[in-house]
Amino acid sequence: MNAKFLAYLVKRLLMALLTIFLVIAITFFVMHAIPASPFSSEKAKSDAVIAALEAKYGFDKPVPIQFLNYLKNILHGDFGLSTGWIGNTVAELIMGGFSYSARIGFTAGLIAIVLGVILGSIAALRRDRMLDKVIQVLTTALVSMPSFVMATLLLLLFALQLNWLPSMGNQPGGLILPVISLALYPMAYVTRLQRSSMLDVLGQDYIRTARAKGVKNSGVIFKHALKNTLTPVITYAGPMMAYILTGSMVVENIFSVPGLGRLFTNSMLRTDYMMIMGVTIFLATMIILMNFLADILYKVIDPRIDLG
Amino acid sequence: MTEKKMKNPLSLQIDPALFETASEEEKAQQVTMRESVSFMRDAMRRLRKNRIAMISLWVILLVALIAFIVPTFYPYTYTKQDVTAQNLGPFQYSAKEQMKIDKGMSVFPHIMGTDNLGRDYAIRVIYGTRISLLVGIFSALIVIVIGIIYGSISGYFGGRVDMVMMRIVDIIYSLPDVLIVILLSVAIKDWVSTSQNALIARLGAGMVSIFIVFGLLYWVSMARQVRGQILSIKKQEYVLASRAIGATPARIIRKHMIPNCVSVIIIIAAMQIPSAIFTESFLSFLGLGVSVPMPSLGSLASDARTALRSYPYQLIFPALSIFLIVLSFNLLGNGLRDAFDPKLRN
Repeated sequence: MNAKFLAYLVKRLLMALLTIFLVIAITFFVMHAIPASPFSSEKAKSDAVIAALEAKYGFDKPVPIQFLNYLKNILHGDFGLSTGWIGNTVAELIMGGFSYSARIGFTAGLIAIVLGVILGSIAALRRDRMLDKVIQVLTTALVSMPSFVMATLLLLLFALQLNWLPSMGNQPGGLILPVISLALYPMAYVTRLQRSSMLDVLGQDYIRTARAKGVKNSGVIFKHALKNTLTPVITYAGPMMAYILTGSMVVENIFSVPGLGRLFTNSMLRTDYMMIMGVTIFLATMIILMNFLADILYKVIDPRIDLG
Repeated sequence: MTEKKMKNPLSLQIDPALFETASEEEKAQQVTMRESVSFMRDAMRRLRKNRIAMISLWVILLVALIAFIVPTFYPYTYTKQDVTAQNLGPFQYSAKEQMKIDKGMSVFPHIMGTDNLGRDYAIRVIYGTRISLLVGIFSALIVIVIGIIYGSISGYFGGRVDMVMMRIVDIIYSLPDVLIVILLSVAIKDWVSTSQNALIARLGAGMVSIFIVFGLLYWVSMARQVRGQILSIKKQEYVLASRAIGATPARIIRKHMIPNCVSVIIIIAAMQIPSAIFTESFLSFLGLGVSVPMPSLGSLASDARTALRSYPYQLIFPALSIFLIVLSFNLLGNGLRDAFDPKLRN
């Protein structure tokens, strides 16, 4: 923890906070550029009722003041009231959905990283042999499949045709298919990263030195190589988070999981602007924080990297 | 005469009398040996040797040909509904069409069947493919134009201009792009549906917001790479060397800057295409993409979910198409990277 690292940490943190602020500002002003009031779509409401509702939700004040209020409320964890699910606050709804999404997303991310690192290392160690080629073909195919194609094909095959697993998220074992659908793409991506990074490290001089002084093959791989191959995988943590969070929007809809992604798409259908803003800001903050953590971890793990 | 040479055998003084003129044949040999291979031609040669990349290229060209030519003469349109021919399987005929065939009239087969409104599915998949290709190509163009201009200005001026421009890029880079695409498409949905502009109304909110977001956000990695290339090439020893032997700036730009940037531009543009296609299909799947009745591979797959058990082929066809397109672009992108990245050259 030297001064240079601390300076980097502070700089990176300020950058992350600035980005979060920008996301809040973009979200707020984009949503407020919509001419329609969130209440005007519903029929049988007089102008007086709409005005009363708007006053209740604070929509009648000038936009900059609304923005400052909104910002202040967010800092207190208050994302406003939902207009699509009357009687609920946005924060409650987000937390309710997030408990599902976090479970699926965390499991999927863990599976993706563990399996990806293992498969990638195997492919690199068996370079140009049959196993390597099989892994390469599979991962190339998997990264060419959008999440909705993966999820619907899995649903069709394992739930509808073979009847091995339930098709709905609320049934026992119902979260297995959503987790697999979310995990396959990042797993394939991590595998490719790990393969090339392992090949790169195995060609380094210190590996040759270790072999020359008689370290066993397993020792070379586990003690010397593996640790150094993990840095590219860490940098992928942020993008993986983004993939899993946005991917869960389609996957949760396909498997009817009451998570954050489904909540988000439903709030679009109900034109619940407070919800859309709240979820966007929440998801964006998660992604930005993950990127921040990954960047810091990257520098901690590999001190050779220049703290520019 | 030989006295001088005897004194110092290492003398560099040469005696023209000892030389003989080259024959025409020898001159010709020199000429052929001197023929240099330009960077582009060299890269294209390597690309042509890459079998997987070439197959992908041909697949893409074939798919593009089908997507743009077939609708001009195909007997069905993507909007024409036929209530007597709902949810037919591939190559099935409705009772009405069967009667026509029995009378000896010819009926064009529904190669991929029909959907729940009796629209021919093959032409809808073809139109969806066309949308995907258009999104991919236009987004690559947007990224190339903005990225190159921004990146080269930043790299060329350097110093404070570069610092400010790159800070902006850093911030844009850290914005979660897919979320912003979704946000924009939600926001401009109203505006698009009431728009007087026929093109915008036909494209739909998702498409318009995709293009806006590509214009605003997606060019940053291209700008970063181009700027990095220009900065690093400026400092390379071979640039210094060629300047030392009297190369003009024009020659340095032509021979060193452009070829090195071209590789990066081609590689990044090729990687951009599949990610753009992903984003469009994702939005269409969520119902934010193209406006009905225009089909997209994402919206076709989404519609197929309602009767997945009974008509699985309605999912399989669009799913396969998008997989084939993205896979081909990915493999071609890998091939281009191998062919154009000079660091990997043997």
